[in-house]
Amino acid sequence: MSFRAAIAQINPRLGDLPANLALYEEKIRQGVRAGADLLLFPELSLTGYFLRDMVPEIALKLSSKEIEGLKKLSREIAFVAGLVEESPDYRFYNSAVYFEAGEIRHVHRKVYLPTYGMFDEQRYFARGDRLRAFDSKFGRMALLVCEDLWHPSTVYLAALDGALAVLCPSASPLRGMSDHQPEDENARYWELINRTYAQTFGVFMIYGNRSGFEDGVGFWGGSEIIDPFGHQVAKAKYYEEDFILGEVTLESVRRKRTMAPLLRDEDIDLTINELIRIRERPAPAKEVQKFKGSRFKDKKVKKKKDRR
Amino acid sequence: MIPQTNIPLLLRILVAFIQNEVEKVGVHRVVVGLSGGVDSSLSAMLAARALGPANVLGIMMPYRTSNPESLEHARLVIQKSSIESLTIDITPQIDAYFDRFPDADSRRRGNKMARERMAVLYDHSARWQALVLGTSNKTELLLGYGTLHGDMASAVNPLGDLYKTQVWALAEVVGVPEIIVKKEPSADLWAGQTDEGEFGFTYREVDQLLDLMVDERYSREELVRAGFSESFIDQVTLRIMNSQFKRRLPVIAKISHRTIDRDFRYARDWGK
Repeated sequence: MSFRAAIAQINPRLGDLPANLALYEEKIRQGVRAGADLLLFPELSLTGYFLRDMVPEIALKLSSKEIEGLKKLSREIAFVAGLVEESPDYRFYNSAVYFEAGEIRHVHRKVYLPTYGMFDEQRYFARGDRLRAFDSKFGRMALLVCEDLWHPSTVYLAALDGALAVLCPSASPLRGMSDHQPEDENARYWELINRTYAQTFGVFMIYGNRSGFEDGVGFWGGSEIIDPFGHQVAKAKYYEEDFILGEVTLESVRRKRTMAPLLRDEDIDLTINELIRIRERPAPAKEVQKFKGSRFKDKKVKKKKDRR
Repeated sequence: MIPQTNIPLLLRILVAFIQNEVEKVGVHRVVVGLSGGVDSSLSAMLAARALGPANVLGIMMPYRTSNPESLEHARLVIQKSSIESLTIDITPQIDAYFDRFPDADSRRRGNKMARERMAVLYDHSARWQALVLGTSNKTELLLGYGTLHGDMASAVNPLGDLYKTQVWALAEVVGVPEIIVKKEPSADLWAGQTDEGEFGFTYREVDQLLDLMVDERYSREELVRAGFSESFIDQVTLRIMNSQFKRRLPVIAKISHRTIDRDFRYARDWGK
């Protein structure tokens, strides 16, 4: 079994749903013309990323006419859209929605919402509460959104749940310059983990990032398809818009898992037992904790710190 | 150790930044005040690469006491980059104002000149359907070495996350004339003024400290262990804290449920 995956590395307009819907339609048509079977759009690419107070204003119910329009577009090609989902009880999720044959086949609500440094997601979004692989006409897959992948447990669960390919829509900002490498440090980190996951779990990694700038923050692009051996099947340009296409041959998942049957050997019970033990372990007593600014430090140091 | 600078990547990102952030507003031109210094020279030359030299207007705004060398250096940049240019002597309006306040000190005069230049730039941005391009680097923004609503005012600033040492490195590659890159930085507010003379430390020294303190989040103890003197650390820390107001909007008294910038939060690129 094999299929042709495409990634639309686009630069959406922040908070302009009609413009981005038109862009989606254009890219979907491009995917059909190019003979793609599945098209991946980046995280929140139907809305833009740094939405802040726009989140409730641009959210879509899955019953909305915009979603109905997207369903129709999926009759010709399966695709993953990145959008703000409004639940019936008025929670707003950073969701990736898998459309196939005119229907929604899977919704993944981002679980790990970065809220540190430049990120503020937990202020605006509700957190997803499940990690499930799903069946598509191409085989079993998983959808994980950006920061979800920085938690190895998500890919571990996806692989154990039967996923042969992991689709990852992302909105990853460029940052960190180094003399030692041509691209920014964040790009390098992502490329490292995509290859590591592909080889460790014997899956295809289909990673779709965006390009463009929002309030001075650039997105590094560089979308890619990595096979289970860690080889690059397709690679998009860094820092600019692009559209790439690659063959996802699930036979290579079989070959990889035959040569290195890591998943077969995985001891789920051992993992579960150890996780239960760790969860129930008593928290360390406060007295032994020593951290910066701790009241256990001597007064002289504390006084100097206060002066800062 | 100086902050790392991957010059080809930096150049690519800053050119794309200017193109993206200018064009999404619906214009394709910028105006920039040219002081003859390395920051404004670099900003202008980056914009020339991003938008084409015909879409960049460099405005020279000397005052009668300005160092004539500043104007000469700005002209070198205009020649080399082929950008559009304009010279506006701000002496009449500055002198007309201070005729009423003859005892104003050099700080008041310098700030007034910086704000007059800002007003000229914004006027020409409206005339030319352009954005005002910023020239403040990260070092001076952190140290508060700039005039609020003066040289700190701009619509887009490609240099605001670059330390001065990175500005120098990039300026060399972009082709800012060597005489500008090599000269001692000066705000040119009075004869013989130099930035480093006013600080009491050099840009290279303070950039190393700021890189570890701000970017690498070193604690005070770690900075001391890294070889910085306590007095230097404290002096720079105080400068950063005391100039925080220059990097923020004015303080707004909260009355309603949604106060601008506190719980009314939208990106500047809203809808763009």
